[in-house]
Amino acid sequence: MALVSLENVGKTYRMDEVEVPALSGVSLAIEEGSFAALVGPSGSGKTTALNLIGCLDRPSTGRVTVAGQDVSLLGRRQGAAFRGQKLGFVFQEFNLLPVLTVAENVEYPLLMIRDLPKARRGPAVARVLEAVGMSDQAAKYPAQLSGGQKQRVAVARALVGEPALVLADEPTANLDGATAQRVIELMKRMRDEFGTTFVFSTHDPRIMDQAEVLFHLQDGRLVDGARAGKEVAHA
Amino acid sequence: MLKVIRLALKNLTRYKRRTLLTGLLIAFGVVAVILFVGLSGSFTRVVVGQITDSVLSHLQVHRKGYVASIDNLPLDRMIPPQAFQRLEAVLAQTPGVAAVSPRIKFAAMLSNYVQTTGARLNGIDPAKEQAVAPLLASRVKNAAHPDTLLRPGEVLLPELLAKGMNVKTGDTVVLVATNKEGSVNGMTFKVAGVVESLMGPGGRDGYLHIKDAATLLRMTTPEISEVAVRAQSFEGVEKLAKALRAALLPIKNKTGQPLFELHTWDQLTPFHNVVRMINIMILGIKIILIAVVLISVLNVMMMSVYERVREIGALAAMGTSPGRIRGLFVAEGFCLGLVSSLAGAAIGLGALMVMNLTGVEVHFGMANQIFALTPTIAPLEVVSACLIVLAVSVLASLQPAAKAARLEPVEALRHV
Repeated sequence: MALVSLENVGKTYRMDEVEVPALSGVSLAIEEGSFAALVGPSGSGKTTALNLIGCLDRPSTGRVTVAGQDVSLLGRRQGAAFRGQKLGFVFQEFNLLPVLTVAENVEYPLLMIRDLPKARRGPAVARVLEAVGMSDQAAKYPAQLSGGQKQRVAVARALVGEPALVLADEPTANLDGATAQRVIELMKRMRDEFGTTFVFSTHDPRIMDQAEVLFHLQDGRLVDGARAGKEVAHA
Repeated sequence: MLKVIRLALKNLTRYKRRTLLTGLLIAFGVVAVILFVGLSGSFTRVVVGQITDSVLSHLQVHRKGYVASIDNLPLDRMIPPQAFQRLEAVLAQTPGVAAVSPRIKFAAMLSNYVQTTGARLNGIDPAKEQAVAPLLASRVKNAAHPDTLLRPGEVLLPELLAKGMNVKTGDTVVLVATNKEGSVNGMTFKVAGVVESLMGPGGRDGYLHIKDAATLLRMTTPEISEVAVRAQSFEGVEKLAKALRAALLPIKNKTGQPLFELHTWDQLTPFHNVVRMINIMILGIKIILIAVVLISVLNVMMMSVYERVREIGALAAMGTSPGRIRGLFVAEGFCLGLVSSLAGAAIGLGALMVMNLTGVEVHFGMANQIFALTPTIAPLEVVSACLIVLAVSVLASLQPAAKAARLEPVEALRHV
């Protein structure tokens, strides 16, 4: 059974009196342990699809299932609880808390969302910081880090709760080419090390090459467009 | 809870200058409340102490209807001897009464053989009067007998009158008075001292011995104008007044009406209105404090939410519950109020301490008196000021916190 499945999903936004379709008739499945990318130009519906998978938004039509849970049915609080337990997020703007150190930022989901005791938080934080190569920066504040380092911390924060799925919306958009490559490689390595499924969006061809599964979106629809050697999703 | 408070404290350090300015504003409000309550409380205590301990005493009993005409010092509304005996018996049996002093109050003409003027006088038993008004002796300047206020045949003249007539201790003066039957009598007296003026009723009266007053007014059986009563404690005045009113109520005149009326010090002096005004001003200062805290905390928290919309979106996306997000912002307001009010309380109490060490003196009214203040504040007042700040801080944080908790993660993450 797929970890993520979208069945004939559509999403329409209403702007004043005009209805704007963002996704229509999208069906896809992502297996556990995948390193998948949603690709396409700006406005193709990548972020909308990630928001639906991430339980941040509800589909107008169709069904979204994540880890066996129909997330379309979850209310606000249930959605928050589900995300806290099952999902990890990596944002384009990093969104680290500037008043917390690297270690405290990574600890945040365990402390403020899962309410775990210190005895369980400490080893988990140390493990992911070690994994992303940021152990020596644990006491620094985000303002003292480079963009690449911030994103590594963000990846560590997403992984610390051992979620089933990590969603990353344009995680390399604010990074230079070399750093972006290193971050994607890191995410892939984390997938290998932790067995976590990664789904990310990008429109950068160099980053797409790193994905094992590609879903091409255009004008809110899933289209063919396989690259050599890649598993291709079909509409 | 502790982790939320810890994160809230860290969040307050994001914009240090803004937090510091807001905190200072709140602290300044708390300092203002503490200083005003401390100084006004001390001023009230000193002035009330002067009025009660040197003139009025705590309570006064008169024949019914006397106080309504007290400005005229009526001699036809005196307490007759038999009624006075019953009153003395009641006062002796009532717990809480520390001392009693009967007074004969009357108006007279004062002459130094060159000039003549009107004077208000109190016939008193010096020992009893000192028991009900222990500070009276301290107002007597150039006293002939520092141990006793005066002796029979002597008079204490009010300061302004003595100065105006150029009379000094040891001089001889003549008092001429008319009794209630219209009979005029005159007697010579030796001046035993000059009484400093004091605000309020009786503050510019002269004194003579009660026996001399009865003789001057040709009273065959002395009648009493008023009986001053001192309670065992100032705090017990109201309780004593209630007990005495109940005890005196059954004593009726020939028409079946109550024979006596009893007034507490605050009913007899206009300074009580000043005290009430001071209390209203304290309330006003507290309302200003509430407004300052409400507006400043609300402003800071609203700005804080507005500036952190994306961050709130990220926290919500990661799975932080709306309740916890709300709690984080309420905790920020609470911490801001707590730290500011504690700082304000410390500064305010420190300032009061400095004032007590250096001394504060104030002039008040026309009496040309200097009051040395010892400003203090009850711990409960400090706690209540801090609690007001805390409660208002939390209240002011609720709306911004609710707004933060209501933010949709998707929209918040899109916020620029």
